Amino acid sequence: MGHRWDFASVLDNHEALLAGAAGTLRLFAICLALGLALGLAVGLARSARSAWIRLPAGAFVEFFRNTPVLVQILWFYFALPILLPFEVDKLAAAALGISLNSAAFAGEIFRGGIQSIEPGQWEGARAIGMTQAQAMRRVILPQAVRRMLPALTNRAIEVFKMTTLASAIAYVELLQQGRLIASLNFNPIEAYTAIAILFFCCLWPLVRLTYFLERRLARSD
Amino acid sequence: MADHRPLLRVRALAKRFGDNQVLRGIDLDVARGERVAVLGASGSGKSTLLRCLNFMEIPDAGTLELDGVALGRAGAGGAREYREAELVPVRQRVGMVFQQFNLFPHMTALGNVMEGPRVVRRMPEAEARGRALAELARVGLAEKADAYPAHLSGGQKQRVAIARALAMDPEVLLFDEPTSSLDPELVGEVLGTIQSLAREGRTMLLVTHELGFAYHVATRVLFLADGRILEQGTPDEVLKAPREQRTRAFIARHQEFRL
Repeated sequence: MGHRWDFASVLDNHEALLAGAAGTLRLFAICLALGLALGLAVGLARSARSAWIRLPAGAFVEFFRNTPVLVQILWFYFALPILLPFEVDKLAAAALGISLNSAAFAGEIFRGGIQSIEPGQWEGARAIGMTQAQAMRRVILPQAVRRMLPALTNRAIEVFKMTTLASAIAYVELLQQGRLIASLNFNPIEAYTAIAILFFCCLWPLVRLTYFLERRLARSD
Repeated sequence: MADHRPLLRVRALAKRFGDNQVLRGIDLDVARGERVAVLGASGSGKSTLLRCLNFMEIPDAGTLELDGVALGRAGAGGAREYREAELVPVRQRVGMVFQQFNLFPHMTALGNVMEGPRVVRRMPEAEARGRALAELARVGLAEKADAYPAHLSGGQKQRVAIARALAMDPEVLLFDEPTSSLDPELVGEVLGTIQSLAREGRTMLLVTHELGFAYHVATRVLFLADGRILEQGTPDEVLKAPREQRTRAFIARHQEFRL
């Protein structure tokens, strides 16, 4: 049984694909920024001396690490509007689910990175009169981020792929559009192959970029 | 006009780590311009004493005065309580040079030295740069300004660390075994740098195993044993005519290896 490949039927829908790509990129950008920023806050809180800060951050990490992102997205989209007096749109629901999950994982990366820096670096910073916050910002974090870069790259790739989960609530992104094209043109093989290739074309440059960043940051070695 | 108030006044200083009582009541006055060498066997508490003076370690008991001002406030059970906000400015006035340098590896030599003036004292960039370059020149490393620590020898790293401490205009400099992690052929350049600071009349405390250096540079020598000052006096008194048996044994052990 030979299959006659017919990518023309996919390319005919390039406008739908473009809209999907835009939706994927928008969701990715929001989730990456939110996930990293929140993750940094969570990582700092997890390294705090006060248990009043440390324990809630720990609870946050455990909760969002141990619940599926898909369930969170569905919950934010279908359950939250019942509890709150306002609508939650598809983008917001998907962004919340993915960002919070990503923040939990990124928080652990940040915490590990911060703790991996030698105590002598803290002492060197304190000995010239830096406050805890100055030492963290100027001395500890820049070194920690460099060590964390491979792990953060993996996180970014993971976030990019997680955006497909938003198709569960019919948010317009690549997979959602692929499914639409497949059902309208009866060409699931070509449609899903095209989606996979598109994802690869988006992610591969991202990975190359982080290799470049790692090399640049290694300048001081 | 003589200033009789000591720059640093330490009374009954004590510190323990777990079950190990490292300092058992240290009394010490350091006048401006004094250079105090702190000697003692490993475990005698000499590094801990130094680290308590700029609050790298928080003392368990005792009092510390800097230029007549008592630090911390009396807390429950005899231990004084120190707020971080009070200690940060103290550390700017009491500089420290570490055995392991503790340079910031992600900054150039210049960046390391500029960091204090720029970030802590909030000097304008150009002024901080000028100041840092002057300090690097003072330790003889102006041409290494753009080198990262990984590309410097141990002796050069330690001289950058000294420049970094100097850039904060400290009133007291603490040297915690500054040559102990250096290859023997690099010790001289660091000792030379410290010696030139001594000639400028800076107040310093120095923990070292280089007895000859202590003899030539210090104005006073302390010998610590079991967390107490066992003996102190001029370098001639302590190093050439020690009164205590343990001091004599310590000095003899160090001379066994001298050819």
